Amino acid sequence: MTDDILVKTRDLCFKRGERVIFDGVDIDIRRGSVTGIMGPSGTGKTTLLRLIGGQLFPDQGTVHVDGENVHELNHGQLYQLRQRMGMLFQNGALLTDLNVYDNVAFPLREHTNLSESLIHKLVLMKLEAVGLRGARDLMPTELSGGMARRVALARAIALDPMMIMYDEPFTGQDPISMGVLVRLIRLLNDALGLTSIIVSHDIQETLSIADEIYLLSGGKVVARGSTDELNASKSEWAQQFLKGQPDGPVPFHYSAVDYADDLLNGHPGRAQSRV
Amino acid sequence: MLNLLQEMGKRGLGVFERLGRGCILFYNIIMGLHTLIPRFGLVVYQVYSVGVLSLIIIVVSGLFVGMVLGLQGYNTLVDFGAEESLGIVVALALVRELGPVVTALLFAGRAGSALTAEIGLMKATEQLSAMEMMAIDPIRRVMAPRFLAGFIAMPLLAAIFSAVGVIGGYFVAVGLVGVDEGAFWSQMQDAVDLYDDIYNGVIKSVVFGVVVTWIAIFEGSDAIPTSEGVSRATTRTVVHSALAVLGLDFVLTALMFGEI
Repeated sequence: MTDDILVKTRDLCFKRGERVIFDGVDIDIRRGSVTGIMGPSGTGKTTLLRLIGGQLFPDQGTVHVDGENVHELNHGQLYQLRQRMGMLFQNGALLTDLNVYDNVAFPLREHTNLSESLIHKLVLMKLEAVGLRGARDLMPTELSGGMARRVALARAIALDPMMIMYDEPFTGQDPISMGVLVRLIRLLNDALGLTSIIVSHDIQETLSIADEIYLLSGGKVVARGSTDELNASKSEWAQQFLKGQPDGPVPFHYSAVDYADDLLNGHPGRAQSRV
Repeated sequence: MLNLLQEMGKRGLGVFERLGRGCILFYNIIMGLHTLIPRFGLVVYQVYSVGVLSLIIIVVSGLFVGMVLGLQGYNTLVDFGAEESLGIVVALALVRELGPVVTALLFAGRAGSALTAEIGLMKATEQLSAMEMMAIDPIRRVMAPRFLAGFIAMPLLAAIFSAVGVIGGYFVAVGLVGVDEGAFWSQMQDAVDLYDDIYNGVIKSVVFGVVVTWIAIFEGSDAIPTSEGVSRATTRTVVHSALAVLGLDFVLTALMFGEI
């Protein structure tokens, strides 16, 4: 029986040094859906993707992808599973010594024994899907940030994965590139029957395409639901985040000692210039 | 005082932790070498990158080292009327010691630093992470070919260094200070032993090649993924390689020639 849930985390706990990143996070990601994971910077959104991809180990709890416990797989099994996962890194992470064409062909050449003529056709199809067939001969350094992400997207779908994880896909994009990416993510998800996980703090863009959204803060899921459910949410935290208010449950000030006390009794810092 | 002890203990543990990570990486690279058999082209390209591109510095340095050996050797030997043994001095010094050691030091500076910077930057720009997520093991795809290339290139470079050094010594001995050409070559041929001298020199250069390439790859993969982190890792590669090469040279020399 195929489970409707593709990715399932239960009681996920993760620490970096003394800092608690996740403290019992439960997330269900349905097959075929676009799920947004949102939260302020530093809430461990990217860490969550790395936990799902098996690049990091949780201190406690489990991550199941397609019914398999990611952290109990051996090296070979994990790599088998990853062939069915795509990931789009924030900066694209294209291989800088290969051109656009070879970057997209890279996973095909590594994992299949297809002939070069077939790989050629597949690469052109993937590049056409992201609108960059004409840029096949460019090197990564010649691409704009948005184009690099689209090439990385073409590379991520090269092996026809079952899911794609997007790490901050909209950050630092001009409105046109942003619009293109938003449309592409939804389009590819529906056309290829993918499951998409978008980690982002760009509220409008994510809300516009996500079927379900999880809001993370302080290592926990503070709200979940569809766009409408979140907009109607009574959670003060969710409202502060969605409306972008500077102060609220998430304080404007980083925790510090008393202001007056700090001014009167604090030690002056030493001048430091290391650059 | 307690803080000092604590700090020393922490650093000591840090050193062992890094050594442990380095050994695990070494093991994983060795276990990944068999995957290179069907795709030897990757190794060939890396041999070009770390070997062929290092040729100029190796050849020029070898020539000058040989010439200096010729001059210095002559100055000493002439006092004893033994200047015709100059060929032996030049050849033995190069084949046994200077060939492997100086080549390894130059190799660390030229190819080792480049390997560290390349792998460190691949880590900083998430290229290694992206490969992992594409189910391509960076240890097998990126590090193993570079390691094997260093293993292959280093002895060849050391051999070229020694050969060019001998030619440099010949120019000085025969061309400049007038040592008899026949005596120069025949004494050299007579005194240099294939097993004791040449093979031991080759063993040294293989060991140095493995160690320098291992340090370079480890420092790159262990670099803190920032510009400062990569620059520090590159420096560490050169410093640690130089120390390792010189230390190991003593150990190997003691093992090989200690009884002579």
